[in-house]
Amino acid sequence: MTVPLTLLGLLARGQPTHGYDLKRDYDSHFANGKPLPYGQVYSTLGRLARDGKVVGGEAEPGDGPDRKRYAITDLGRSEVMGWLSQTVEPEPHLQTVLFSKVVLALMLGEDAAGYLDAQRAAHLRRMRELTEIKRTGQTVDALLADYGLFHLEADLRWIELTSARLTALAQVVSDDQKQLGERQ
Amino acid sequence: MSEFILEARDVHRAFGQTQALRGASVAVRRGEILSIMGPSGSGKSTLLHCLAGIYTPNQGEVWFDGTRVDTLGETKRTELRRDAFGFVFQFGQLVPELTALDNVALPLLLAKQPRRQAYAQAAPWLERLGLEEHGDHRSGELSGGQAQRVALARALVHKPRVLFADEPTGALDTLTGETVMNLLVTAAREEGTTVVLVTHDVRVAAYADREVVVRDGRAVTTPSSAVA
Repeated sequence: MTVPLTLLGLLARGQPTHGYDLKRDYDSHFANGKPLPYGQVYSTLGRLARDGKVVGGEAEPGDGPDRKRYAITDLGRSEVMGWLSQTVEPEPHLQTVLFSKVVLALMLGEDAAGYLDAQRAAHLRRMRELTEIKRTGQTVDALLADYGLFHLEADLRWIELTSARLTALAQVVSDDQKQLGERQ
Repeated sequence: MSEFILEARDVHRAFGQTQALRGASVAVRRGEILSIMGPSGSGKSTLLHCLAGIYTPNQGEVWFDGTRVDTLGETKRTELRRDAFGFVFQFGQLVPELTALDNVALPLLLAKQPRRQAYAQAAPWLERLGLEEHGDHRSGELSGGQAQRVALARALVHKPRVLFADEPTGALDTLTGETVMNLLVTAAREEGTTVVLVTHDVRVAAYADREVVVRDGRAVTTPSSAVA
């Protein structure tokens, strides 16, 4: 969802731009190690043009997949500005997954503490990668890495607290299971 | 030569009725940066103090580079700490009456190095940690981050084999803490210094190569960070 809006945002800087240059700008600022495929750039620009959010100029002579310059329309600019003014919905998806796994592990008599230890290690491994990017990268890389680091840190704090409360949680799960069994 | 420079083997340590360590084992590779994590009261700082020869275990063994540390006499352990180890703690490490440069030169002077030589060796460390303009400042004239950088310079000036850091950024804000950790990691890598880092802060732990978690006085090496 953010790729079309980000490309629109890049076009909203003003100058009509080739798809190649848009990809280059996207990769240098937003890719975070995952460059945007050319195919996705041109298919996205095609959809934006179809929806009236960008217009493509005449093809220019020369080699390459697409020699058009794309310009943002008023509709496209309005969409970008609307997007920028909206807050992002807080979505604790990962927490839900972690929670489900821990509770299921307890229900099934599996090693919930071991799972949390393994998840902590996996989170820390990713945090190490991001920390190294921060140490060796530019300011933009550091800011993007920080975003990931703070989110991972929040998960890890939850993991630590859940580890500390695992005995109590196991009791709750066990009591619930017993009640369920009695009702059946 | 073992790949491990430092090891705790089944270490137990009690303070009165409180059992802080209950069979903790950890092995630190040469040149590795290892973080010891765990909740408050888990025993992680006690483990660091045992590894550094500050506390003597009630039971178990501590080895440094082929030498058993826990059975050394106090004098030998003091020499080991002075010559082979460096220390950075959270608070109160600098001698307030001394300047930043004096503080950095202190370990060299205590090791009986000639004064001129000690100061010649200390001064570049201030520059290396971005403190060249603060050499004549006393600790009260330094910010928390500057004071911690001086403490780091003092811990590394005598080229220790192992640097022990106990919550080195615990009293600093996030950005200053990152600066200190960047300098610590960069200097340790350049010098080939092994680092044992105690922290409850996962962002600080992420500067390490590997982590162990201390829980109920025991060190837990998680599956994906297990020593191969």
